[in-house]
Amino acid sequence: MSGLRLVDVRLAAAGRPLVSGLDLLVEPGEVAALMGPSGCGKSSLLALIGGSLAPGITASGEVWLNGTRVDGLPAEKRRIGILFQDDLLFPHLSVGENLAFALPRTVARREDRRRRVEAALVEAGLAGFAERDPATLSGGQRARVAMMRALLAEPKALLLDEAFAALDTALRQSFRAFVFEHARAARLPVLMATHDPADAEAADARVLAPWAAGSAAEGERKRPDS
Amino acid sequence: MLTRRWLLGAGLACVTLPGALRAAPFSELLASARGQTVYFNAWGGSDAINGYIAWVGRQVAERFGITLVHVKLTDTAEAVARVLAEKTAGREEGGSIDLIWINGENFKAMKEQNLLFGPFVENLPNWAHVDVAGKPTVLMDFTEPTDGLEAPWGMAQFVFIHDLARVPDPPRSIAGLFRWAAAHPGRLTWPAPPDFIGSTFLKHVLYETIGDPTRLRQPADPATFEADTAPLWTALDTVRPHLWRQGRTWPASGPALHQLFEDGEVDFSMAFNPAEASTLVNEGRFPPTTRTFILEQGTIGNTHFVAIPFNASAPEAAQIVADFLLSPEAQAKKQDPTGWGDLTVLAVDRLPEADREGFDALPRGPATLAPEQLRPVLLEPDASWMTALETAWRDRYAR
Amino acid sequence: MARPLRALTRGGRDPFLAAPWLAIALFAAPLGTGLAGTLLPAFGWLPALGGAAFGVAPWQRLLAMPELAGAVRVTLTSGVLGTLGALALAVIFVAGLHARPVFAWLRPCLLPLLAIPHLALAIGLAFLLAPSGWVARLVALPLGWDRPPDLATVNDPAGLALALGLALKEAPFLALMLLAAAGQVEAPRQLAVARSLGYGPGEAWLKVLLPQLYPQLRLPLFAVFAYSLSVVDVAIVLGPATPPPLAPLILRWLNDPDLSLRFPAAAAALLLVVLLAVSLGGWRGLERALARWLRPSLGRGAAPRCEPLLRVGGALSAVSVVGLGLLGMLALSLWSFAGRWEFPALLPEAWSTRSWSRALPLLGGPLWTTVWIAALCAVVALVLVIACVEHEALGGRRPTHRVLALAYLPLLVPQLAFLFGFAVLLAYLRLDGTALAVVWAHLVFVLPYTLLLLREPWLALDPRFARTAHALGKGELTVLVRVKLPILLRPVLIAAAIGVSVSTAQFLTTLFAGGGRVPTLATETLAMASAGDRRSAAVGGLVLALLPLVAIALATAWPRLRARRRQGLP
Repeated sequence: MSGLRLVDVRLAAAGRPLVSGLDLLVEPGEVAALMGPSGCGKSSLLALIGGSLAPGITASGEVWLNGTRVDGLPAEKRRIGILFQDDLLFPHLSVGENLAFALPRTVARREDRRRRVEAALVEAGLAGFAERDPATLSGGQRARVAMMRALLAEPKALLLDEAFAALDTALRQSFRAFVFEHARAARLPVLMATHDPADAEAADARVLAPWAAGSAAEGERKRPDS
Repeated sequence: MLTRRWLLGAGLACVTLPGALRAAPFSELLASARGQTVYFNAWGGSDAINGYIAWVGRQVAERFGITLVHVKLTDTAEAVARVLAEKTAGREEGGSIDLIWINGENFKAMKEQNLLFGPFVENLPNWAHVDVAGKPTVLMDFTEPTDGLEAPWGMAQFVFIHDLARVPDPPRSIAGLFRWAAAHPGRLTWPAPPDFIGSTFLKHVLYETIGDPTRLRQPADPATFEADTAPLWTALDTVRPHLWRQGRTWPASGPALHQLFEDGEVDFSMAFNPAEASTLVNEGRFPPTTRTFILEQGTIGNTHFVAIPFNASAPEAAQIVADFLLSPEAQAKKQDPTGWGDLTVLAVDRLPEADREGFDALPRGPATLAPEQLRPVLLEPDASWMTALETAWRDRYAR
Repeated sequence: MARPLRALTRGGRDPFLAAPWLAIALFAAPLGTGLAGTLLPAFGWLPALGGAAFGVAPWQRLLAMPELAGAVRVTLTSGVLGTLGALALAVIFVAGLHARPVFAWLRPCLLPLLAIPHLALAIGLAFLLAPSGWVARLVALPLGWDRPPDLATVNDPAGLALALGLALKEAPFLALMLLAAAGQVEAPRQLAVARSLGYGPGEAWLKVLLPQLYPQLRLPLFAVFAYSLSVVDVAIVLGPATPPPLAPLILRWLNDPDLSLRFPAAAAALLLVVLLAVSLGGWRGLERALARWLRPSLGRGAAPRCEPLLRVGGALSAVSVVGLGLLGMLALSLWSFAGRWEFPALLPEAWSTRSWSRALPLLGGPLWTTVWIAALCAVVALVLVIACVEHEALGGRRPTHRVLALAYLPLLVPQLAFLFGFAVLLAYLRLDGTALAVVWAHLVFVLPYTLLLLREPWLALDPRFARTAHALGKGELTVLVRVKLPILLRPVLIAAAIGVSVSTAQFLTTLFAGGGRVPTLATETLAMASAGDRRSAAVGGLVLALLPLVAIALATAWPRLRARRRQGLP
């Protein structure tokens, strides 16, 4: 069965349930949006799927990707890409090196690697930026490099953890379009955590809010503005 | 000569069996010494001496294939303590020290505790050149017979150092020095015992105050020690407020006293090497008007030695080094006042012509007294006096 | 819960699991056996020397020592005044100057000052302050003195020169620790708020930041105090000789041919621990009293008189800490090339390279030994600390973290209290006198400093960098080598350079572990300095200072070169 599937996933922080018994299938090319206020468990759920759950959060259930159970694998073996609110380009590497960092080892020849990086830059509208210091790029440019970097690793699924929250309105629209266009083209199942309904609308996404009642309410109290 | 040496050696062999069994003929030593490393534990507080030991290291490496490592001590007692600790811990061989620069109390302590290798000294080919007749202290270290357990290295005599420009006519007695100090407050001090310069200064005070100096040939008697030394403490207590820093503190060592003299903080320094002042003048540290003098009663002279611990890792190479230190070449180099300037233990007048020239060519520094001016020579008091004096000193002045 | 996930974090693997335990074994063995090896003889038990029964005889003998009372007095005076002085200098330096333009110039001076070994700085300071030193010469010229004054400005019986030396040397360390701690709270914004409420920059710093930062300063502060109590090399150069502070006195007894003196020596080493514990206890009490006393003043509003005072104080502390450091090094350089240099001339009358040409051949071997031991220690400590901190970052296993906090213990226990016993352990393992033993002994001290310097920046790195790299298919090792290390290059290199400097400065540890057979720059330099020959001591001090300074220069220059191309790096 292809796509990203969760079976009876439960999450709890310090004994307080965040998610209880979530079953979910996100098919290739589909976008699902986890909606909810801060602190409800969105990020923890994504971390669980990606393989980097923080200590102190307990979880159970199963995570399947394209018919393989992946929850026992270390993060780097799961082939699940992730984008955060910040671009997290590695500050010690140039733009081109950041992209090349993501290329799988199977792309062995130096010429091939260079070509793939060039192509990704062209795709992001940043042709000729390979030697640039990431710190000299604009926020929108950096975000696009981060997306291209995630794609170059040839993921089988993509997680978006408030990936658009830090951008201003105009940039957010164009970057959203950029991300979903590429994710659909690559037929990736996309699971998006957001507190902004516009993100879900833009992706035409299925909206989920699987939060345990208490946790959402508490989150609401913490951040009345969201 | 041969017979006497043989008898002495044989006699000693009966007393100290393990060492004697290991003392092989010299020619055999050369072969086993090659490639060995000798850890030479020697006081490391003088550039000139360190430089000389480094020269010795290069020579023995070149000639005999021996690596010499100078372990620089601040006090020879450290090395004695280490050998003793090793013996206590049951380390009978493979010890950490192969050769020690030693004399006096430290030698006595090691000899009494059976911490020394040997007798080996009369096996050394260069022993034949040593001035046994003219320099009796090469066989008698303070009041302790050397018994072939330590090889003489150099001769020392205590001298006082002054600057003609500041003190044209220095007092030539301890009492005179103390009167001078009372008239010139803050200009006299000496290193704090147990530093050996400081201890030796105290011995001169003792010589002058004890009344009958022959008493010092015998061990100190605990019953009369208090009374014997009462005049000494009276003299020290009287001069104390007039000393440098009002006698509340003392420099830590001989070189520290030299530094005070160089800086002009005090007007007298002291040395156990009659040529040391000339060396320091040559180096530009002391003014050219620096001179040395000795007391009317004379000053203490002694010999310093090298010895091999019983558990040395490389006793063969250590003996080769000890012999090289006694060679006319190494002794002449050592006596050069532009380097260390330490007096030889050899009978220079009996050396072969070629070797003698090496000594004759040496300059005598401006501040060095001629041999005839270095008389009389006082003998070291029995080591027990110093031990008792140092304890009493700590009790009174080290609080 | 239903079917458990097979993996809660990172697929359940932690390649660094062994690291904390290895680190602990590395220092716990010396510390534990060392303390036991001191405790037992302090109560009369040392079979090798015929002590087979427990008793208080060593203490009775210790109490009967004529030097004891004076030694304890000097030790406490210099330790307490030195530590308080360092704290005052550091706080006033940072509070009074942090907002001034000159701070950008002063702050980079702190690391080199931290790196210069205590001994080198002490020798330099002695050249400045001695009655025949530069300060006296400056006074002598106008006053027409031709002799140095008979004043105990160094080696004074009360130990004030020693306290001053310790305060000046430790102030940069505490200032750096304060600045590092300030980096973890939102210092600039808090200061901006306080200043908008009418507080001057210095007062804002004292009242807003210091109370928050102090808890983090406590460990370094206590380490400074523990160090001050048991320091030997600086005490020999700046402290009084009769009676000396406890630490040099203990060393003298340990080196005495009369082996029975080792019993009172062990008791005295234990006495150091007691003095330390009592003082630290007293300090905690004082802290509370001070907090209660000062708290009302926090709510009293801005005081206009405070600011100018702080400015002047800041300037004074900068001059004394940085200025004396620089002048001391300059004096070292001059003396090392001096020929005849009579009092009160400000400069040598004659120049000579004799001291260098004599000392350099002798220092060549020790220099090489020092370099490789220091480099090995720094690298091993770095690997262990990074593994430990990675282990910590990966989460979960709290108990090992607490055990790891023990790694700071060597900084808080007077060195002498366990080195004697540690030497016994080394002898038992037949390691005494080997370079390996010296490396091990140095690591006991290099490790905690590396941990102290590297842990916070390492844990402060945004964990999402690693998560991103994992999501891009990279394994733990790749992420470590290609992402974390390069981003954290600066703190890593600085930790390594300080590791080099800590190892280079080790005198007592080298002496005990090396059994005198592993000569390093520190042991050779102290031999030269204690002999009193100022010129060769100057050469030794300079060579000793050079190695850590080169290490620090490399550690700061390399990331800076890189930063020209990559502005996003911390």
